[in-house]
Amino acid sequence: MRFYGGIILPMALLLSACDTPELAPNAAGEASIARGRAAAAKLGCGACHAMPGIDWPRGRVGPSLNGFADRGLIAGKLPNRLDILARFVRDAPALVPGTGMPAITMSDDDASDLAAWLSSLDAR
Amino acid sequence: MRADPPGRADAGFARALEGWPPPVLDPAGPYSEPVTLLAWALFIGGTIVLVVVLAALSVALFGSSGLKRRLGGEKAIWIGGIAFPVVVLTGLLIWGLSLTSHLAAGKPTGQEMRVRIVGEMWWWRVHYLDRQGRETVRDANELHIPTGMPVMLELQSADVIHSFWVPRLGGKMDMIPGRTNRLMIQADRPGIYKGQCAEYCGGPHALMGFLVIAHTPEDFARWKASRRPAPIVDPVARRGAALFETSGCAACHVIRGTRAQGLAGPDLTHVGSRHSLGAGILPNNPGTLAGWIADSQAIKPGNRMPPYRQLGAEDLNALTRYLAGRQ
Repeated sequence: MRFYGGIILPMALLLSACDTPELAPNAAGEASIARGRAAAAKLGCGACHAMPGIDWPRGRVGPSLNGFADRGLIAGKLPNRLDILARFVRDAPALVPGTGMPAITMSDDDASDLAAWLSSLDAR
Repeated sequence: MRADPPGRADAGFARALEGWPPPVLDPAGPYSEPVTLLAWALFIGGTIVLVVVLAALSVALFGSSGLKRRLGGEKAIWIGGIAFPVVVLTGLLIWGLSLTSHLAAGKPTGQEMRVRIVGEMWWWRVHYLDRQGRETVRDANELHIPTGMPVMLELQSADVIHSFWVPRLGGKMDMIPGRTNRLMIQADRPGIYKGQCAEYCGGPHALMGFLVIAHTPEDFARWKASRRPAPIVDPVARRGAALFETSGCAACHVIRGTRAQGLAGPDLTHVGSRHSLGAGILPNNPGTLAGWIADSQAIKPGNRMPPYRQLGAEDLNALTRYLAGRQ
């Protein structure tokens, strides 16, 4: 018992130290992703964007958000990073002047949850 | 300012029948309570009858011959097959009709608020009337009412048969071309109550929703007073106002106080203050508004507004800014 524990515990720690950041979002991340999806439905993002997990509406004015996590640039301009994404979803014209996507009033939580959710949309 | 009473709007738009308890079994006023009571009576009564019938069936299949002889025969047909249904169904009919007779309104008494709602393919014209039946305000797709006051709806149709139904506030009533049907609704608590066209009326019928927003009497007075057109100072919105008249919008939509006087589509004088877009189906914010203007066909396929894909981002933003400001 003590022997196995002595081996397995450090191994488990080592593995989790390697894997956690990429593969397993922590509990708060999962909750944030779920809230982000609900926020997208509540705000009606589907009026312009087709999005996985939202059957209706599937707007065509803006790009589909399917596989957004794998996209290189936001709106063809900005690096696809969580913090930038959270600012972009709320006030796109401030970051990309001339974009057709308007500023949309939402809470800080909604913005960061939306970013978390979009960053979870890989093309699997 | 838009007062946001607590409501079920967060349960999603275009989903008038969703949520728990189901809205049809969750009355919020005196004109929907009898419907719920009748529904429960029918449901429980039906269950009792089903149990009795199944018991009789199992006696017929598995009972001893003595039991069958005692329960069977001509007497069983007369009592169980004829007398029982006649008595129960007649009683139910009389009780049901008397319970629900006041849901459809008669002549106005002067005590209630009056509104004319005209069904269109696939939205609703809303005309607020004064006590004499003269129009005071024109709007579309949502109705604001004070709590605790009976509201008489004069229901009409401009094209095909629609049916007006806000399950938590009252009964369901058809809107028939050439006729005026009257229905009473009332909300006893502030909130947002969702409705849905309940008679198939073609293409996007399922996306013909409606919202009733009930305010406390004080909030309702405030809401009424807040509906005054404000001058447009923002230059982007001013550009949008010009575009509204030059790019075709004005041919179908009214914005009072401007040259936009088209009558085919919803009146947009107060569109910025509405809770929903597309007839009760989308939340109203600059994003959904822009999406609707640019391509409403992707959202509500078959509706009569063409997509405006020819608008560039700058024009689309200007129109959106202008319309969002129409409070």
